Amino acid sequence: MSISTGMQPFTTLTGPAAWLPRANVDTDVIIRIERLTTIGDRSRLGPYAMEALRYREDGSDDPSFVFNQPAFRGAPILLAGENFGCGSSREGAVWALQGMGVRCVIAPSFGDIFFNNCFQNGMLPIRLAPDAIEALARQCADGDAMTVDLTQCTLAAPDGSVAPFAIDPLRREGLLHGLDDIGLTLKDDALIRAWQAADRERRPWAWPAEHAA
Amino acid sequence: MARTLFDKVWDAHVVRELGDGWALLHIDRHLLHDLSGPPALAEVAARGLPLHDRELVFATPDHAMSSLPGRVATTFPLGGRLHGALKAQSAAMGVRLFDLGQPGQGIVHVMGPELGIVLPGLTVICGDSHTCTNGGLGAMAFGVGSSESTHALATQTLRQQKPKQMRVRCEGRLRPGVTAKDLALHTIGLLGAAAGVGHAVEFAGEAIEAMDVEGRLTLCNLSVELGARFGMVAPDERTFDFLRGRAFAPQGAAFDAAVAHWRTLPSDTGALFDCEVLIDAATVRPTITWGTSPEHAIAIDGQVPDPQAAEQEAERDTLAAALDYMGLAAGQAIAGTPVDWVFIGSCANSRLSDLRAAAEVVRGRHVATGVTAWVVPGSENVKRAAEAEGLHTLFEAAGFAWREPGCSMCVAANGEQVPPQQRSVSTSNRNFVGRQGPGARTHLASPAMAAAAAIAGAITDPAHLLLETAP
Repeated sequence: MSISTGMQPFTTLTGPAAWLPRANVDTDVIIRIERLTTIGDRSRLGPYAMEALRYREDGSDDPSFVFNQPAFRGAPILLAGENFGCGSSREGAVWALQGMGVRCVIAPSFGDIFFNNCFQNGMLPIRLAPDAIEALARQCADGDAMTVDLTQCTLAAPDGSVAPFAIDPLRREGLLHGLDDIGLTLKDDALIRAWQAADRERRPWAWPAEHAA
Repeated sequence: MARTLFDKVWDAHVVRELGDGWALLHIDRHLLHDLSGPPALAEVAARGLPLHDRELVFATPDHAMSSLPGRVATTFPLGGRLHGALKAQSAAMGVRLFDLGQPGQGIVHVMGPELGIVLPGLTVICGDSHTCTNGGLGAMAFGVGSSESTHALATQTLRQQKPKQMRVRCEGRLRPGVTAKDLALHTIGLLGAAAGVGHAVEFAGEAIEAMDVEGRLTLCNLSVELGARFGMVAPDERTFDFLRGRAFAPQGAAFDAAVAHWRTLPSDTGALFDCEVLIDAATVRPTITWGTSPEHAIAIDGQVPDPQAAEQEAERDTLAAALDYMGLAAGQAIAGTPVDWVFIGSCANSRLSDLRAAAEVVRGRHVATGVTAWVVPGSENVKRAAEAEGLHTLFEAAGFAWREPGCSMCVAANGEQVPPQQRSVSTSNRNFVGRQGPGARTHLASPAMAAAAAIAGAITDPAHLLLETAP
């Protein structure tokens, strides 16, 4: 078993940044549950990402949705509002955004489970102050490219100005190298089994047994 | 050093510190359902790995199962496929499955506490954001995605970074007729849907101590709608009484040993929280949502907001979009809004006490013309207990449909949807755009308020209905 899963490592990313400033964009809006039940292949979810915002009732593109504007079709960076990805734990929300071409989401805050799921899939979520996001959005408004550099932890705006961003070191390491957590953890399996043996002594009641109700 | 409830449970599960607040945490219970279970089990198998501890894994189908009376797994064909996968994988990998029609089957967050699979002080995960429900028993329970679920199946651990901690102190008593659901919606409305992001929340205070365990499960269920992955209530005598005698709870001396441990769990006096909020429980009114986020919550006698009053342009746009989606006018009173559907069910409110509260409002009355009203019990055991009390007869005589247990219209993954532009009062936990079906307009409320809406055909304070003489 290898430590790398083939998850695409994330180093630097350059491209247009689409601005979707609404707060609380939830994972139901990012991908409807029935798309997950009917489409088994995670790589085919892209056309259904954010469909409630993206298409009109007749199925045609809604031109007011930022990713439908020519400058932002396939934009790899999403500048989002507060609490992006709140709601359900569905990892399909990350897969759907990836299917639409997004590899980095920058928002003031994220739904906690969505935030975790990003790192499991080579997607970089960056927390940034709302005014800094708005400043980036203004600079990127015509579709000019910005650069996200995870090796340096910097964001370069189209005018060349560079600002740092913060990220947890362990998360950064995992993304840079496309590390597989399961492989890493199984290196500690002897420790896990020793903990379990001790726990059965310490908390025997915590280990389940069925009784007649 | 003084520790919180969350600190104590966290500390008791650290297999190895990983630095920067990260730890390899042991997972005591892993629950699987038909939607998130099969991909995680398939991934473990595809990697050629065994389940690390199959006796800590429990499965039940709930999400994509039809709730049609007399349903089988294939009644909703897509659900049949998912059910078939879960059943075959569970059998092949030795996972205990509570199947359709069997005692134990039900919404995963209802059956876990009901069977005593979930206990205070345990770490519990499920590929479902409402796993926080289980925190009502004093468990550290949280939702994960499929990658983390796979990790836990293969290693019985997760790599986690300790979150910040928030305490929501609910002082004073809830007034009669005000429920845990009202308190939850009120709190989210007050603090916002992102208030708990990055935090584990402990609910404490007089109102929580006075709350029964099923109410605590409801309250913790909505923690994730406050933005928090964890919601917890310290275990107490009510918790112990709730768990005593449940099929998977420890028995006899083992139960006593467990209780002795559970008594050590409540937060120490002087324990520090990163943030503390005070809620005056006595002022909470019956509450309902008007918009497309659970934070769009107002008292039943309140008015829908006017977006023009918002300071920020982005907020104005968000509120205007929500009003437009919901088909409501700025400033209108929420009471009196006509409804088309009523859904009583979901992991928020489908337990026996919820069905009893709804039945109290329904007794001797009838569903209004033009309203489709459903009751979907949370589990097979809830269904049987309710039927033993005659609640199904009461609901059916009043014009409600009495359905089979599962998630049903809360998540609409089983083909059961509120039609476009129709309005539903639902006891579930999410009013997101399209959550109950494309274009569906959802108002979140307590079981009593949902029942009152079904009877009146409009959004109504259940107290008004209960004051009237039954027709």
